[in-house]
Amino acid sequence: MDMRTPLGKVRGLGSAKEGTEHFWRQRLTAVANLPLLIFFVFFVARYAGAPHAEIVAALSNPFVAVIMALVVTSALTHMRIGMQVIIEDYVHAEGAKIALLILNTFFAIAIGGLCLFAILKIAFAG
Amino acid sequence: MTDVTRSRPLSPHLQIYKPIPTMVMSIMHRITGGALYFGTVLVAWWLIAAASGAAYYDWVNWLFATLIGKIVLFGYTWVLMHHMLGGIRHLVWDLGYGYEKHFATKMAKATLIGSVTLTLVIWIIGFLAR
Repeated sequence: MDMRTPLGKVRGLGSAKEGTEHFWRQRLTAVANLPLLIFFVFFVARYAGAPHAEIVAALSNPFVAVIMALVVTSALTHMRIGMQVIIEDYVHAEGAKIALLILNTFFAIAIGGLCLFAILKIAFAG
Repeated sequence: MTDVTRSRPLSPHLQIYKPIPTMVMSIMHRITGGALYFGTVLVAWWLIAAASGAAYYDWVNWLFATLIGKIVLFGYTWVLMHHMLGGIRHLVWDLGYGYEKHFATKMAKATLIGSVTLTLVIWIIGFLAR
């Protein structure tokens, strides 16, 4: 039996083939997060409470700056799509759900913007 | 009709079951993920402070080094370690291993023990680096 709707047949698109995109991106960023956050944890353990000149010097190193930018990007992507699932699981009112999904993206981008700006400013301008 | 539907028995939900390690670690993974989410504010704050100059950075450093600051950061370290080990457990499952129930329970317990141990190790390293 053909289960496709007449409209679906006319469009001829079939599946959008993005069904596993969210799942895959969550795993991809999870795997990336492992080495990145291990670096981050050691970095923070080493420089927490360090004098300003010392932290600026450390973050001015190109490798450190790039890795820190990757930490921020990968972790925030992982976190944004993770929170998306939490919202979709628990918030059933359509309006509130959409509002929270929007806020979720705004939050992740705002935090990412702040972190990346700080990292680049220190890397380029000290 | 609506009354008939309403008076139907409901299937038992989570609170009816005795909590077991895999269940507890499952929800802990989600809770720690949520905590990490809001904790990124601290990371952004620290980086922005470093980019803002010595005076503001010193003040944020002082704030993070207070007793309350240390407790929050210690908690944040544990939450990160717990979520990280929980994530490794999920990756093991994604690869198709670790579904046998006794082994799954062992992994759940190891997640908790491992996260506490790693948190302590990181803080000891942190203090030794001073």
